[in-house]
Amino acid sequence: MKENVGATGLILNEPLLWEKGRKGRCGFSLPRRDVESFPIDNELAGEGPDFPDLSEVDVVRHYTRLSQWNFGVDTGMYPLGSCTMKYSPKTNEKQAGLSGFTGAHPLLPSDLSQGTLRMMFELEQYLAEITGMDAVTLQPAAGAHGELTGMLTIHAYHKNRGAQRSKILVPDTAHGTNPATATLCNYRSIQVKSNEQGILSTESVADVMDEETAGIMLTNPNTLGLFEDNTKEIAEIIHSKGGLVYCDGANLNAVMGIVKMGEIGVDVMHLNLHKTFSTPHGGGGPGSGPVCVKKHLEPFLPVPRIVEEKGNYSLSDNYPESIGKVQAFHGNVGVMIKAYSYIRSMGPKDLKMASRLAVLNANYIKESLKGTLHLAYDRPCMHECVFSDDKQKDDHVTTLDMAKRLMDYGFHPPTVYFPLVVHGAIMVEPTETESKEDIDKFIEAFKSIADEAKEAPDLLHNAPGKCKVRRLDEVSAARKPCLTG
Amino acid sequence: MRYLPHTSEDIDLMLQAVEADHLDDLFSTIPDDCLSKDDLALPEALTEWELDSHMAALSDAMAVSPDYKIFMGAGSYEHYIPASVSYLLGRSEFVTSYTPYQPEVSQGTLQAIYEYQTLAARLLGMEVATASHYDGATALAESLLMAVRISKKRKVAVSSLIHPFYRKVVRTYFEPTGYEVIELPYLKNGFTDLAGLDELNDLAAVAVQSPNFFGCIENLKKIGEKIHNKDALFITCFTEALSYGLLKNPGSQDADIVCGEGQSLGIPRSFGGPALGMLAGRKKHMRSLPGRLVGKTKDLDGKRGFVLTLATREQHIRREKATSNICTNNSLCALAAAIYMASVGGTGIKKLAQLNHDKAEYLKQELKKAGFTISFESPTFNEFVVEFPAGFDSVYDCLLNKKIVAGLPLAEYYPELVNHYLLCVTETMSKNDMDSFVSEVKS
Amino acid sequence: MKEISELNLPEDLRYTEDHEWARLEEDKVRVGLDDYAQDQLGDIVFVELPQAGDTFKKGEVFATVESVKAVSECYMPVGGKIVSVNNDLEESPELVNKSPYGDGWFVVINPSDPSEMDTLMTNEACLEKLKGTE
Repeated sequence: MKENVGATGLILNEPLLWEKGRKGRCGFSLPRRDVESFPIDNELAGEGPDFPDLSEVDVVRHYTRLSQWNFGVDTGMYPLGSCTMKYSPKTNEKQAGLSGFTGAHPLLPSDLSQGTLRMMFELEQYLAEITGMDAVTLQPAAGAHGELTGMLTIHAYHKNRGAQRSKILVPDTAHGTNPATATLCNYRSIQVKSNEQGILSTESVADVMDEETAGIMLTNPNTLGLFEDNTKEIAEIIHSKGGLVYCDGANLNAVMGIVKMGEIGVDVMHLNLHKTFSTPHGGGGPGSGPVCVKKHLEPFLPVPRIVEEKGNYSLSDNYPESIGKVQAFHGNVGVMIKAYSYIRSMGPKDLKMASRLAVLNANYIKESLKGTLHLAYDRPCMHECVFSDDKQKDDHVTTLDMAKRLMDYGFHPPTVYFPLVVHGAIMVEPTETESKEDIDKFIEAFKSIADEAKEAPDLLHNAPGKCKVRRLDEVSAARKPCLTG
Repeated sequence: MRYLPHTSEDIDLMLQAVEADHLDDLFSTIPDDCLSKDDLALPEALTEWELDSHMAALSDAMAVSPDYKIFMGAGSYEHYIPASVSYLLGRSEFVTSYTPYQPEVSQGTLQAIYEYQTLAARLLGMEVATASHYDGATALAESLLMAVRISKKRKVAVSSLIHPFYRKVVRTYFEPTGYEVIELPYLKNGFTDLAGLDELNDLAAVAVQSPNFFGCIENLKKIGEKIHNKDALFITCFTEALSYGLLKNPGSQDADIVCGEGQSLGIPRSFGGPALGMLAGRKKHMRSLPGRLVGKTKDLDGKRGFVLTLATREQHIRREKATSNICTNNSLCALAAAIYMASVGGTGIKKLAQLNHDKAEYLKQELKKAGFTISFESPTFNEFVVEFPAGFDSVYDCLLNKKIVAGLPLAEYYPELVNHYLLCVTETMSKNDMDSFVSEVKS
Repeated sequence: MKEISELNLPEDLRYTEDHEWARLEEDKVRVGLDDYAQDQLGDIVFVELPQAGDTFKKGEVFATVESVKAVSECYMPVGGKIVSVNNDLEESPELVNKSPYGDGWFVVINPSDPSEMDTLMTNEACLEKLKGTE
């Protein structure tokens, strides 16, 4: 075994913000007062918030230290399945930071906002081209928000036809957001079982689809990392009963330039700019979840829409059947700029290449580790592969133990215990930006962890040992929640 | 391509390992009629340097201060952001990490969010705050849905002086649910008219914004009493978080749920997003909160640490019975707000909020002196409504050519308010800017 | 997790297929979660109970139990009106793990049809069933 990447560096402790500072300090250059003071009515005045007073140095050291306790894509391989933790290019950050973009007020007349409007209009067109759909809204703030927006368009579609429906089909491999979104749209989720190959069969869909069912929420490629081979036939069944096909596009990274969902029967789908289009995840957001639809759903998209006429861009609210608004303004524009920059930097050829290499990397890991870990579905995968802890059962070592041990080796663990249909799932998505050497190191790490599981299982039970903290007591955190200090 | 590390030798070796001859073979299981026949019709790739000039040109086609003097707030405010905030926010350990599912390698994000939750709760005077939401409008919609869940009643009322876009978002969220949304009118003095409440029964919640869309500071205490008498939950909403540096916070005025937009706290306007949805509540409703929460705990050695907690409310566990479909928060925006609040500090935020109030008050007085009518007499923070003479729209356009934006015309949102404009002044506007604005509108 | 042989399923109780237990106490029925269920759920962090006075039919959801990463619903073993609830679980949900048949009880029911008790399983039937699903 070669030397691990993981090692204990100098990790500095840092108290909570309010355990630092001295009254009267300030880390902010107060703007000059050039007007007299107008005291406010005593009835209205408050005492002011109980914030600590800190100097700029206090603040800078505090957050620099905190940042060092985090693992990011820039730190190392982050193979979280279903999350597409690809490298976030730095030029994208630079472009999004241009003062014309950051300083823009969202309510100025369109003539004063041409740069941003043009960027948004073109991004809509690019996304429509990549997905094979007809129209796009960029307003949703995140994947789950896009999902809600997409499902609201389906809801509006059925309502508009004068025959609302009560149910929606959701495969058992779906993300939890799918049923939660369905509930928000007042649809009851009907679970459809995937078959022994890990995908949906046309029969299982035909058995439950009826004219009370609004449609189906498919994830394609699905959360097992498999392409839903029967999408076209499933779409025909759904359409024949008057339903619509929603596609959760979280896993689009596998098929850019290879499959266009709009060509295989999908009516509406959302994308995650923070997955497929390289915008950073930011520790949990902001993301961006555009929704792409076919012509028949376009009237229902949120307003305002961006309209182009002779090279001039404007915002229009003139869509009477629109579902309304899903955010106050125009969506997470700062994130869109990064995705736009990414698409412009990659061009059509390298976007397709990105998908091919993402799939190559995943299959390479699948083949290399299938002797070490139990492979849930032994068939070619897309951008991710799903293992389980079945082979480690007799060693009394679980998925969680192996995940925690990976940290000591200098890797972020894969997604664990999802999808639910695989007991003890370990879902690995390397993405295309990982090189063969780094992937080989990851494979080697997993193999030696499997050896440790046999020879020294306590190393795994007690892992991680090299992070800022050891395993945390989540039970007390939930029993006696302490959410503020 | 610099983001794709594979050499052709790497590709060959890896293809061998997966027993494929060509990259296309990796997709051989996809049915033929699903494969796209044409290449993507997208513009050819740009070099980094070409992208720089392309994006600079787009950015240059935007009207922004200081070139433009923009007297417009209406839910998006210009405040100075210290370089230290932007700098720290750019630390790639924060930027390139995911939702902190693995706490041992995410303590930075987790402690930062815990601190954000604490500062947010202190700012709003509440017991608990969530790890953040998409924006103020969605935070309001989620708050109203939360009230429906808690009370098991099916009707909510919202003030018509809540930001018009926020109300639109609420309507979008409520449309499929079958719950009823009632709008409360406003009074001549710029306050919400609660008289209609007497007629309404079975209300889950009433939501009021303060400072409201006209900038007026509502008497939350009195409103709260009235709402609580109706046995409904009292939700307060805000678009200008900085106002609570000066004003009584909603928690001290008996709000049950407080929600709104935190963009003012160190987040650039960015054409409206990303923003920061803030949501805070009472401990007793903790398990009904939507969205992520971070809690304090200990590790195996007894050392302090932080984890995502109360996850059983959420979609990945409770699925169709979750409190929301939210998967994440706007973490980096919450981080920006935390760094900003820490930088300004308790002493600083009072001074800064007072300065905002005083500058807006100065412009208000000067406009009065110049003979214009201030539409609503009630006290305001950093926004107020002024009535300009009939035909002012052509002056408005002339001013645009002079790079002055004379506020937001209100007639589009309140048809009865023709010639009324919502003006905003923050610490970034100088006395000179305001003086020349007044002399321009006078002439 | 416990082996089936390690489970404690007292003789004097009746059990549902979802692993609630019911004990006849004069004309009332005390209800809780059995040893198998508490063991499967792991550390219980929160119990949501109904209010005294609420009425449920047999088989209806009357409570939810949460561990860190799972939520389970509890179903009424017999129909009736809730006459008291175990408020100690609010502060100390761990009682369900420590003492599932004692301090960890959930509610006491005034049964609308006491004969519904006869539809429930004995401890032996419950054990047999668990062995069958093993």
